[in-house]
Amino acid sequence: MVKYRMDLLVCGGTGCQASGSSEVVETFKKEIEKEGLENEIQVITTGCFGFCEKGPIVKISPDNVFYVEVTPEKAVRIVKEHIIKGRVVEDYLYKEPETKEVLHEQNEMPFYKKQLRIALRNCGFIDPENIYEYIAVDGYQALGKVLTEMTPEKVIEEIKRSGLRGRGGGGFPTGVKWEMTRKSKSNQKYVICNADEGDPGAFMDRSILEGDPHSVLEAMAICGYCIGADKGYIYIRAEYPLAIQRLRIAINQAYEFGLLGKNILGTGFNFDIDLKYGAGAFICGEETALINSIEGGRGEPTVKPPFPAQKGLWKQPTNINNVETFANICPILLKGADWFSSIGTEKSKGTKVFALAGKVNNVGLVEVPMGLTLREIIYELGGGIKGDKKFKAVQTGGPSGGCIPAQNLDTPIDYDTLTQIGSMMGSGGMIVMDEDDCMVNIAKFYLEFSCEESCGRCTACRVGNTRMLEILNEITEGKGTMEHLDELKELGQIIKDSSLCGLGQTSPNPVLSTMNFFWDEYVAHVKDKNCPAGVCTALLKYFILPDKCVGCTACAKVCPTNAISGEVRKTHIIDQEKCIKCGACMATCRFNAITRR
Amino acid sequence: MAEYNLDHDKLKKLETYIDNLQEKEGALINILHEAQDIFGYLSKDVQLFIARKCGIPAAKVFGVVTFYSYFTMEPRGKHVVNICMGTACFVKGADKILAEFKRLLDIKEGNMSEDGMFTIDTLRCVGACGLAPVVIVDGKVYGRVKVEDVEGIIKEYKQD
Repeated sequence: MVKYRMDLLVCGGTGCQASGSSEVVETFKKEIEKEGLENEIQVITTGCFGFCEKGPIVKISPDNVFYVEVTPEKAVRIVKEHIIKGRVVEDYLYKEPETKEVLHEQNEMPFYKKQLRIALRNCGFIDPENIYEYIAVDGYQALGKVLTEMTPEKVIEEIKRSGLRGRGGGGFPTGVKWEMTRKSKSNQKYVICNADEGDPGAFMDRSILEGDPHSVLEAMAICGYCIGADKGYIYIRAEYPLAIQRLRIAINQAYEFGLLGKNILGTGFNFDIDLKYGAGAFICGEETALINSIEGGRGEPTVKPPFPAQKGLWKQPTNINNVETFANICPILLKGADWFSSIGTEKSKGTKVFALAGKVNNVGLVEVPMGLTLREIIYELGGGIKGDKKFKAVQTGGPSGGCIPAQNLDTPIDYDTLTQIGSMMGSGGMIVMDEDDCMVNIAKFYLEFSCEESCGRCTACRVGNTRMLEILNEITEGKGTMEHLDELKELGQIIKDSSLCGLGQTSPNPVLSTMNFFWDEYVAHVKDKNCPAGVCTALLKYFILPDKCVGCTACAKVCPTNAISGEVRKTHIIDQEKCIKCGACMATCRFNAITRR
Repeated sequence: MAEYNLDHDKLKKLETYIDNLQEKEGALINILHEAQDIFGYLSKDVQLFIARKCGIPAAKVFGVVTFYSYFTMEPRGKHVVNICMGTACFVKGADKILAEFKRLLDIKEGNMSEDGMFTIDTLRCVGACGLAPVVIVDGKVYGRVKVEDVEGIIKEYKQD
């Protein structure tokens, strides 16, 4: 076996691949071969490091040097300088944006400092397409331990004691769920992994599947052993081709090694895993809808009870967990429930992965212990708001969650505190918004999503959300009244109370929470016919600033409706009657003489 | 197979795929994925073929096809432009990118350009939020797209 003296870990997640990491890998391989070092230096494509903002990422081990934004040209220099001469290329390291200090190591960077990676432990560390690497980091050890040393009851007890709760959004205790499915009597039971990550702006499940697929397979087999199932399905979005490809490779390898299939590790335990594709329906993240979809039907939810634990796939007891939940199982069984429950808050144990996106400096995936504050996540890990703008709100929980304003920035984050402030954990999407975002427009965006994704089965959600959207449209077009606002609140409550499934019951949340925290903004739209953030075009007016206008006539030339008039070298004027608010004048003006308000 | 107005070789390919499935129960969605990969879209005849082949009512197949946004019943252009409308992309101005594509290609959402070269579509989050706003053309991801970049992207594909 070849022993390498150095590993080049190149991120091969969707984000970094889109930034060109495949070309970087090719260049590294070519250059290393050119230098005749292919038996000394190994290039490994790993899963996501999380720091998508600065991709493609290259980490050099064992030197523990972290290069960011690597291009093929930079790769050539890294080989020449770092690998051959042993000199770190300082120019390509991460620089602390404020102090401009160059940081060599990953754990020095503010983005990583407060992170604790359990679910993401192997992402960016191992080659996801090589089962040996997973085995080298204690992979399949938990499965071995469970099958040879533990009874199903004991495993379930351990999971229960750890305090692990469902990471897909609901936060239901995982051990209790397993126990319920175990207690249901049947000859055939199923394990389903919910990888239908439909929440726009969340991509942790994708990253886990791309970076560490075996950890999910192993945990599913353990779950099968506990509940008495020999068949598992992974329901995955068709929009994630890379994750599907890596899962396929992982499943094949696991079969080859006898870690899936018949008589696993010689214990007589059988377990098979199959992939099922989603087809672009948000509602299929809901358990009962997901089951209908796996059965090949329309993904409409059904009334609970019966719960899937009693009557699920093909009417048999079924345990459904989310990808991130499964990714937590093996560490709990290897390190013990006490270790896991020592992390986090009183009622929410362990860590949570958040997809930090929107108007923050460091977009990416972060895994932090429960109980960190939003301020720590956004300002320390996230590096603050882009372009020195003012923080306005952070949206958590996707279309089912709400917007959290600045006054709640110091709330420690866990399942219960987020619910108390009118939002929810959801799958962990965290979209940061600044002063340029109009909260009415954001609420409208989420409601449009819910309307489009409503399956149409129950009236409250199908008709109710459409009505709410109509009202919001009126408001953003300047036709809103104060009665509209009352109607919105009332309708939202009715939809919450009377919808069949989780999608409908939570769809008014973005509207209700923004109305709660940003009431003034709604009133401004309705009473003053003004959009304070300057987003809702129908409410905007464009003006020319006399002190800045030099009379170059550029704006008048681009105006499609000839609404701008004025003589050369004299201040121009916009005729508000004719203006269609297209913004062409503002984009053209080189003197910043056009403003909108 | 003459009764279907479909390419014979493609139909054969789909039939082989279905015949090789170990588990036919519940495989409808995977079959539809395969069929859409082969034919590009799910025409009435493709749906009818699948229904008869699997012994499922055609109404059920149609019901499933129309339920999921990933499936399309209309032919698509040579190049498919997908604009991500996930939240991260939205707050970074994906709607303006969409408008620019529509303006330059003179087409509406979900429709083809007149010359059959482009189809524009939106999707919800490809999980590349670090690169928002994101545009995907024929599977290739373009990150941090600006309105000014749109013309260049279109040009890349117009040539062939």
